[in-house]
This record gives sequence, C-alpha cells and structure tokens, in this order.
Amino acid sequence: MTVQAAIASSWSRLLEAAERRLPALTRLKQAEPLPILLNRRRIYVVPTRFGLVFSAVLLVMLLGALNYNNNPALLLTCLLAAASYQSVFQAFRSIDRVELRALRAEPCHAGGPLRISLYFHIDTRPRHSLRVTVEGMQTVFDLMPGGNGGVRIELPAAQRGWRRPGRIRVWSEYPFGLFHVWSWLNPDFVALIYPRLEINAPPLPLTGGEAEQQATRGAGDELAMLRDYHPTDPLRSIAWKASARHDKLLVKEFEQRRGREILLDFSLLRGIDRETRIARLARWVCVAETAQVRYALQLPESRLGPGLGPEHRHACLRELALLPGAAS
Amino acid sequence: MNTATVRLTPTQFGLASASVLVAVLPHLWRLPLPLSALILALLIGRWVQRQRGGARIPASLKLPLVMLFPVLVIFHYGNIFGREPGSALACAMLVLKLVETETRRDARAAICFSSFVLMSALLFDSSLGFALLLFAALALFLAAMHELEPRPVDAAARTWGVSVRDGLRSGAFSLIVAVPLALCVFVFFPRLGSPLWGAPTDTSARTGLGDRMAPGAFQELLIDDTPAFRASFDGPLPARANLYWRGPVLWHFDGTAWTRPEYFASTNDAGTLQTTGATIGYDVTLEPSDQRWLLALDMPIDVPNNAVRGADMSLVSHTPVDRLLRYHTTSATKYHLDVTLSRWQRGLALQLPEGFDPRARALAQRWRNDLHSDDAVIAAALELFHNEFFYTLQAPLLGHDSVDDFLFGEHRGFCEHFSSTFTFLMRAASIPARVVTGYQGGYYNATGDYLVVRQSDAHAWAEVWLAGRGWVRVDPTAAVSPQRVEFGARAAAGASAPWYQADWLLGLRNQFDLVNRVWNDAVVQFNTLRQQSLLTSFGIDKADYADLVAVLIGLSTLLLAVFAWWTLRSPSIASDPLDAAYARLCGKLARAGATRAPAEGPQSFAQRIAATQQTNDVIRNPALVQNPAIQDLFTQYVSLRYACALPLAAAVRIFGRRVDALRVAAAPSASK
Repeated sequence: MTVQAAIASSWSRLLEAAERRLPALTRLKQAEPLPILLNRRRIYVVPTRFGLVFSAVLLVMLLGALNYNNNPALLLTCLLAAASYQSVFQAFRSIDRVELRALRAEPCHAGGPLRISLYFHIDTRPRHSLRVTVEGMQTVFDLMPGGNGGVRIELPAAQRGWRRPGRIRVWSEYPFGLFHVWSWLNPDFVALIYPRLEINAPPLPLTGGEAEQQATRGAGDELAMLRDYHPTDPLRSIAWKASARHDKLLVKEFEQRRGREILLDFSLLRGIDRETRIARLARWVCVAETAQVRYALQLPESRLGPGLGPEHRHACLRELALLPGAAS
Repeated sequence: MNTATVRLTPTQFGLASASVLVAVLPHLWRLPLPLSALILALLIGRWVQRQRGGARIPASLKLPLVMLFPVLVIFHYGNIFGREPGSALACAMLVLKLVETETRRDARAAICFSSFVLMSALLFDSSLGFALLLFAALALFLAAMHELEPRPVDAAARTWGVSVRDGLRSGAFSLIVAVPLALCVFVFFPRLGSPLWGAPTDTSARTGLGDRMAPGAFQELLIDDTPAFRASFDGPLPARANLYWRGPVLWHFDGTAWTRPEYFASTNDAGTLQTTGATIGYDVTLEPSDQRWLLALDMPIDVPNNAVRGADMSLVSHTPVDRLLRYHTTSATKYHLDVTLSRWQRGLALQLPEGFDPRARALAQRWRNDLHSDDAVIAAALELFHNEFFYTLQAPLLGHDSVDDFLFGEHRGFCEHFSSTFTFLMRAASIPARVVTGYQGGYYNATGDYLVVRQSDAHAWAEVWLAGRGWVRVDPTAAVSPQRVEFGARAAAGASAPWYQADWLLGLRNQFDLVNRVWNDAVVQFNTLRQQSLLTSFGIDKADYADLVAVLIGLSTLLLAVFAWWTLRSPSIASDPLDAAYARLCGKLARAGATRAPAEGPQSFAQRIAATQQTNDVIRNPALVQNPAIQDLFTQYVSLRYACALPLAAAVRIFGRRVDALRVAAAPSASK
C-alpha cells in the first residue's frame, strides 16, 4: 500500500467519522421528501485548490507592491483580490434556491446503466455550470428559467430490486473556479432495477394446438365478445343461451383465440440456478412483448397474467425483480 | 472523467492567450528588441499552432527555450535580479507557460502568473491612463477564468464572440462590484515602513532637463507634452512673466555644450540671498525624472528634505527622483543675490573656450570698448536679438563655431540658442554670466487651482552679475519673442502645430490634467504619513498599525455584510403579473370578509362567495354575494390561468386593471 493510498484511506475514514458525528451536516441519515429547496442552511463553501494558489499569488503581488511602495500596483492587487473574493457570493447564489422537484428513473435492467432524471426548478435567475455528482458520476448542467430543468445522470445498476441512489451532491465552482459551493441532497427515492436479461436465452416456450390452448384456458380467460356464427367455427364455442335469446347462432370469442398464449413458469425451469432462471424469465417476458404474444407468469408465490402490454410487462418484471435472492 | 486533464477548447485557449498577451504587452516596449520580438513571435506562433488543432509541444523544443531566455536576459542586463531583468524574465517564462498550456490547470497557472506580470508593469509606469488600462485588463483575466468553468455536454455550441462577451460581462461586473472593498483595503492596509528587500534602482531613459545643454538639445523636449511637475501656490498665482522655474545652472562652456561643474552638486554652500519683496510659498509635485534636480520658482529660500541648495541656488536631491516626489518650499522673486562675487565664481563666470567663435568675441570686444556701462552692453545685445533674430523650434544645425554660425548666419533658433549666445557675448565682454535652465510658465488649471508645467515648457535663460545688484536674470528669448514668455513655446513658434496639437485639444487636455493630478495626489502619493492622519477626524491623531487594522477589519466586514445581504435577501415574490393580480383580488376579498382558504382553488372559492346559504363558513357580506363583477373576475382568472399555456400580456393587464377597479364594501363589523 503506497503512502498516497494510505493517506487517501485515512482521509476517507476521517470523513466518515465526521459524518457520523455530524449527520445534519451531510444529510447522511434521513431521506427527505421532495421537493428539496437548497438554502443557506444546507449550502457549504470552501475555497478550491486553485483558490488557495490564487490567494498565494495575490499575497506575493501584495508584498511586491508594498515593498516597492507602489500605490497603483497595490490598488490593482486590491481590485483583483476583492473581485475574486466577492465571487464567493456569486458562487453561493449559483446554487442558492435551486429546488429539486422530482426524480424519475428510466426502466433499466441489472447490468445496464440506470438513468435517473433529476428535475430542478429555479426562480428567474439562470444558473450556469452547476454540477451534480452521485456515486462518483458527475454531470454538468445549466438551468434556465422556463426550461424543464431536467438533468440526467447514469449510475451502474448491478443488482435487481430496489436501488436507492447514494447521496446527491449538487455543487458548483462558478464563476471563476475559486470557491467550491456544495449541498448534499438525500431525496426519498428508490428506483426499481429489473432483472438482468439472459443472453443467448432459449426461444420462447411456444406451445401450439388447441389442446394446449384448452389446457391453458383458465380463470384468466375472458369472454371478449359474441359474434355471428361462421360455418367453420367449432361447435363447442357456440353460446347456446345467448343464441336462444337472439334467435341466431352466436359464437363466444375468447381473448386468447386472437393469438397464441404462453405460460412462463418459474418452477418448470430446472437445472439452472435461481438468478439465471429469473434472467431467462425476464428475457422471455421481453421477447414475448416484442413478439406480441400473450403471456402469463407463474412464480412460486404468485401468478400474473396472461396479458400483454407495458403494464403487464412492468408487473411481471417487477415481480421478478423483487423475488427474494437465493440466500433467503 | 477528470476535468483537469481535458484539453482546452479553442475559446478557452484563446482567452488564456489573450490574458498572457495583455500581461506581456505593457512590458514589451521596454524590453530589448530581440527579446520582445522573440516573446511576441512565440506567443502568436503558439496561438496559431493551437488554433489549427496542433498537438502538445514536445519537451525537446521547450527545454532549449527555457534555457535560452535566462541566457538572453543575462546577456543583455548582466544579471537576472532587479526590476528590469526580473520583469523581462517573468515575461519570457509566462509565454513559455502558455507554450506548454494544454489543460485547465495549466491555463489557470498561466492566468495567475499573468496577474503578477501585469502588476509588475505598474512598477515602471504609474500614470493614470496606463493604470486604468491595466485595471480593465483584469476583466479579461476574470473572463478567461470564467470560460474555464465546464459547460454541459449537450449545451448548444456557442460562438467565440458570445463566450467572450459573457465572460467579459461577468468579469467587469465582478470588478465593479469589488471597487468599494478594494478601495477600503487600499486605504487602510498598513504600508511598510521600509522595504523588505532591496529595491535596486534602474535608470531608464526619460526625457527631461539634464545637466548638459548643447544648443538644439531641447528640441525633443519642447515637443514633449508630458507633465514635468505640478505646483499649487499657498497664495495667489504669481504673474506669468515671473514664473521662471529654476533647474540646473550651467557654468562651463566647451565650445559646443554648457555643463555644470561637479562642485555645485555636492555642497550646501548657498549664495548670500537678500529678499526685497514678499516670498511665495507653494507645493511642487515632481514627476519622476531619474535626475536629481528639484525645480523651484526663481530663488528658493527653504530647502526641502533630502536635498541641498548649491551656490548657484539650484536644488539638488540626494537621490535620483525615481518616483513622484512632493515637496513644499518658499521662493523669492525680488532679491539681491551675491552682491559680492567671490574670486573663483567670477573666474567660472568669465570662462570661455579658446579657439572658438572669433567673430562673436570681436563683436563683444567692440561693444566693451564703445559702450561705457554693463547695462549698455546688455541692451546692445538684446537690441541685436530683437531686431535681427526670430524664434522657431525648427532650428538648423550649427557647425564648429556654433555661436558665430548662429549670430552671423542663421539668425533663428529658440531659447537655448539665445541664452547660450547671450551668455557667450557677455563673458566675452567681461561681464560674469551663466546659463540657467528650467521651465518657464505653465498652464493654470482653474478648477483644481494648480499649475501644470510640461516638458514643452522647458526654457533656458541667462543670469549676469552686475556690480551692486548681484545676479540679475536676463531672458534674451523674451527680447526676440515676448510671446514665448507670455504664451509658451508653441505659441511663439507660430501656427505650425500638427492636428493633434490643435488649440482646443490642448485646452481640453490641460483641463483634463486635473484628473491626473487627483490621481497623483490621492493614489500615487498616498503614503504612510497620509494614512496615519486619515483618522484624525475620529480623534486618532496618529493611527498606528493596530488602529489601521481595526478599521480595515471593521469596514471590510461592513462591506461584506452588504454583499451577504444582497446574496441572502429573499427573492421578489410573484413576479408573474397574473399571480400578482389574483393576489390583489384575494386581498380585497379578504378585507371584505371572504378569506380564501390556503387549499381553496379559484372556482370553489367563487362558489363559496356566491352561495348565499351554507352551513359552515358562511360569508356574511351581502355586498359580495350580490356583486356579479366578482364572479366575472374569477371566471376570467380561471380562463387566463388554466385555459391557455401562456396568457396574453394584454389580457393580463386588463384583468389587473379590472381587479384594481373593483370596489367592495367592507364586512359589517356586526358580523363578528
């Protein structure tokens, strides 16, 4: 372990200890409800390293001007010093009263990037060169009055299930890079990570034939409509009671008839580990969705579908994502 | 992605280059030509290379340059210490920093260093215009720093001009806002009593009076309009014809030039001066000349600190005047000086070089023989000048026998020729005489009540010694051209001035000189003494370091508090005119007894007002219920606010006016 690494690790340990002692300072503990308004109670300022170096240069200039007893040079130094130091107020103003109104995560599968949009709201002043850092990922953004204020960040999403992003650090070194202003945000927000999609998954367990259809026809089948009888229709689909009422032959049209319907059963997948099963089911859900094949999902403790469409897909992937892990 | 290692964009690099250029430019004209040329070529070359997308400069190219510059500086100056070589080296190193600038960190280092180099330019020239230019250059530095801040990746590409304009606006804003704080620190920051390290003086060529005068040498001076000094009188301004500002007195003539014997510079052996009239007290603020002469009106009585008065009554400082110098003295314009002339002074005042100007000597001898008194000889000489000579600044060059050439050939010249020739003639006629150089006249600035004397007011006249009267001033130029004394050298030379010296322009400039004087007075001349007396009106006679620091901290805290207030003040609420109008409407209704609940929308509020009978929260003001205008206003508000994305400004104005026009009777007090 090099000296640098040792210093870095002890510094981060020190920071952690400080944050434990002063949770209010860093919003480490409690998640806050939205919206979160940045104000002077939670904005912190320190000079940047460039700010310190610049101060040292100003000091040298000051000494030079004083030594040569040269008043115009001293005035120039004072002017530059005052202009650079008052930028601390501009830096503060650049993130003061920035309000985090909403967060939205795009659907994402484990292993892919989790894209979170943060929606900020500002008053009438435009803000420039703001930065947001979450878990080491940094994005630069400007906020304009009247703009939508959306900022997108990408986080790694390793595991399925609920994922709470780390603390959000909104910061800026505007306008001159001399002062670092920042604020910690810990919004009450979780994103759902869908399970990983299995690569090279086997094709959908498509089943054909009426027998299968009958086998799969169950409580979920819905009577969609009645229509006039065509000579090719099977006799058992005739709605006798309704036909009697209307004096003509009517045929029961079931939803499932319009396409094939498949059952994705967790328990039928054997010989592979639990996570791979989940990944395969997730892949099948997606494939079925693109192929417009109605599908139902049978999980150990619940059953979804059959159905088709974004809602159904989301419900299925959500159930899969929240399945307990292998250990539990 | 670490922003510190990302390559600079062309705009960022361009602004950093501009900062370096601005920092180096004030130095370039002073540096030796090869060095300036090299620095400028390197700067422009690097910029062009970089704009064309050029790569990093390899170390094999940088290293020789780093070695080359110190060698060049040492070659030219002899060492690398001191103001001149130091600043030359700083400029060179700054440009080298730009050569290797690739990342944001490099650019920041270059800007830091630029500030230092820019500041050091003021050590050489601290005139107002120059200083203001450099102050303005700070905005460029801040703009460069502003540009270095990262921009969103998806941001629309901005043109070069827009970036620079935004940056400059931000920089200028910061500078202007910073002025009060800067002034506060400037005024109250304790000055050093003595320098921390030796500040070796440099001699640079400045125009001004010298201790040598060869006829024709003033020519450059007489067209130089920079101020030589400014004077403000304790009493009224003396007559212009009396404004003879005494500089070096020249005794020794070698046939071509007049010089001053070294003896006078080192002894405090004043002549015997008897004043016969009132004395005049005045302050002089002398511009730096790098010479040791102090100018004084006619015959100085007091000797300023750190100076001596020679036997010929000229003031000489112990050290060269390398910065603005202010002194107070008194002078006599009516006097008897050296009624008895010592033997060796007489010898000096009669010295003439052998083998020069035989015809002039012969003329003077003839006068001596024909005329009986010294006065008559002087009168004859002035008569000659008056009748046959004329005044011009375009004087021809003179040959070996310069006095003869002038006296019998050219017949035209300016003060130097006349005073030199006149003194020569007097000496040849056995009258002790000497040449006095200095300034004559000056421009009186009525607004500031002071006199500004420029280099172009340089003048030379003669003094002759007469038995019983001592040294008497004779101005032969006045015999030729009285306008020289009355209106100045340019007026005397005729209307041959170029356009930029037009009368109205000169008048304007003379008026504007007041600003320079205020600058010199308030800023350049501000010193420990003045600082100490700042707090006199607050009961502190002599402010020491602790007092100054206390005031400095107090005042800057106050200023920072103002900044903090500006930063933290609550933003103005309801900037939207429609919201404001609605708030006014609700306010009116509340005064009339109908208060809108915080969660109540406009429609339900309107319904509640209209409803005559309700179990709860009945509004017991019949005026509201019966007023159809109120319902109308609510309908309008709803359609403006919710029925369109952006209400028309005109419609909002009409709504606002109608809200203001609404009159509702207050709720009857009995209802409570």
